[in-house]
Amino acid sequence: MSVKLGVPSKGRLMDKTFDWFEKRGIRLSRTGSDREYSGAVEGIGGVSLVLLSAGEIPRELAAGRIHMGVTGTDLVQEKLPRWEQQVEEIAPLGFGQADLILAVPGCWVDVDTLDDLDAAAAAFRARHGFRLRIATKYHRLVRDFLTDAGVADYQLVDSQGATEGTVRNETAEAIADITSTGETLRANHLKILGDGLVLRSQATLWRSRVAQCDAAEKQALDALLKRVEG
Amino acid sequence: MPRRARILSRAAGLRAYFEEAGARPVETPVLQPAETLLDLYGEDIRGRAYVTWDALRGELMLRPDFTVPVVQMHMTHGAEPARYTYSGEVFRRQEHDPDRDNEYIQVGYEVFDRADPAAADAEVFTLIAGTLSGLHLRAATGDIGILMAAVAGLETTGARKSALMRHIWRPRRFRALLDRYSGRAPVPGARAALLASADPMAGAGPQIGLRSRADIEARIEALRADAAAPPISEREMTALEALLAVRETLPFALEHLRDVAVDLPQITPALDRLEARIAALAARGVDVEHLEFEASYGRTSMEYYDGFVFGFYAATRADLPPVATGGRYDALTRALGDGSEIPAVGGVLRPGVMLTLEEAAQ
Repeated sequence: MSVKLGVPSKGRLMDKTFDWFEKRGIRLSRTGSDREYSGAVEGIGGVSLVLLSAGEIPRELAAGRIHMGVTGTDLVQEKLPRWEQQVEEIAPLGFGQADLILAVPGCWVDVDTLDDLDAAAAAFRARHGFRLRIATKYHRLVRDFLTDAGVADYQLVDSQGATEGTVRNETAEAIADITSTGETLRANHLKILGDGLVLRSQATLWRSRVAQCDAAEKQALDALLKRVEG
Repeated sequence: MPRRARILSRAAGLRAYFEEAGARPVETPVLQPAETLLDLYGEDIRGRAYVTWDALRGELMLRPDFTVPVVQMHMTHGAEPARYTYSGEVFRRQEHDPDRDNEYIQVGYEVFDRADPAAADAEVFTLIAGTLSGLHLRAATGDIGILMAAVAGLETTGARKSALMRHIWRPRRFRALLDRYSGRAPVPGARAALLASADPMAGAGPQIGLRSRADIEARIEALRADAAAPPISEREMTALEALLAVRETLPFALEHLRDVAVDLPQITPALDRLEARIAALAARGVDVEHLEFEASYGRTSMEYYDGFVFGFYAATRADLPPVATGGRYDALTRALGDGSEIPAVGGVLRPGVMLTLEEAAQ
């Protein structure tokens, strides 16, 4: 068998990952038709390419079904409890930068910090009869962050897409989402809290701490690590 | 006998012991409506409890403790006074430590009695302690009611006092609020600019979402009123800090707290209750001279307790959870009582941890 390298299966993230490996003399490519998720590896022996959705890569690493994988810090930390024990960070790849942030409507001139958010949430609950809703798909990260900050009287509501629109649509009062430039936030009349940075994320190469290796795979993995770490 | 059977048999023995002491055995459903727990604990409970769902009943939680359903049961059709015992599984989501059990047996004893709270506190403590002799545990006690009384009587605005009261169980936010209200922490730049502005809503952009312009203006008014209020005095701050730092054996702790009460006279009734409790404990044969008291005890992990709190720990086994914990939760009966309330105190034991310690000792 060979060492399995998991890479996002489409879009800019895949292209930039391919470029990053190419610079290190490893040529990754998709094979077959555009719709078929199979790939080829040239320039190093004993490594095979597994194309996956970026969101599935943390789970595959933690299950030991792939030895190495490329995905965002945000996804690893949201999906894997005690992620440090399941995966090891090998190299940040320098692209796919995005911040997980807390944002509120720009018209909330009285809310600029978590302290304000907490006070606004208490008043909101007293006035409207339910806890202030924060839309996100990063439930664990956001809840841990707010618990740590001692914010109360909020609730998380699930939003798997178009999260910035939830406030205007009145299904949430605030949001926690990934942003890179902040443009979508501004277009939706939202602003980031001054101390509302939950996590800085970028595309990162990870190594599974649990994936098993036979002697040949161990050799191939060491060779791969040497190339990407150097 | 397999371990689970031994734990269950131990639990049955403990429950019988509480029945002998006068408690009525009760059962509660494993599935609890999530809404009640979320209303009490907020979103944080999702990190600690397993949530499930069905289309008819909506969100449900696997019972993270017995206290809430037992209080609900008592408040809807309990006669007074009442003593209950129960034994069964509780479920705790563990996302940070795989060595902690996510499912374990608890045996509890709860007292709903208006007659003599100090005696009820001592009764629960000594009954539980009576099951633990021979395990060489360290007992810790505290009293959240003293801090609550201190906050309620501060010479400052009602808004500040209710904000502090809301965060009694979140020490970091509590501290940050105190620092701001006392002027020790500077006013954040954005806040200062907002307060200095003649028309804070100018340039606010379009009004979106359910939090209305009236909501925002009401908070700006509240911030202005707060900025105009004098800071909490250095005298009160020093006394509060002295209060929070008290950590000694009971008689010395009481003496220290009486000194603190010179500057915070509002805690005197709570200290009288502490003194009555010490007497009640001593009357039941507890060695109060050597019992530890910590004023901050129970602020982080025991959210519904608002008076006497206690726990029993294996001093040499920091890896194990407490063997027993308990306390007074009068406010919880108010929150769940729909207009009525009753003084209540109780505690739980973990027979699984007791067995682990006994096996290690052999």
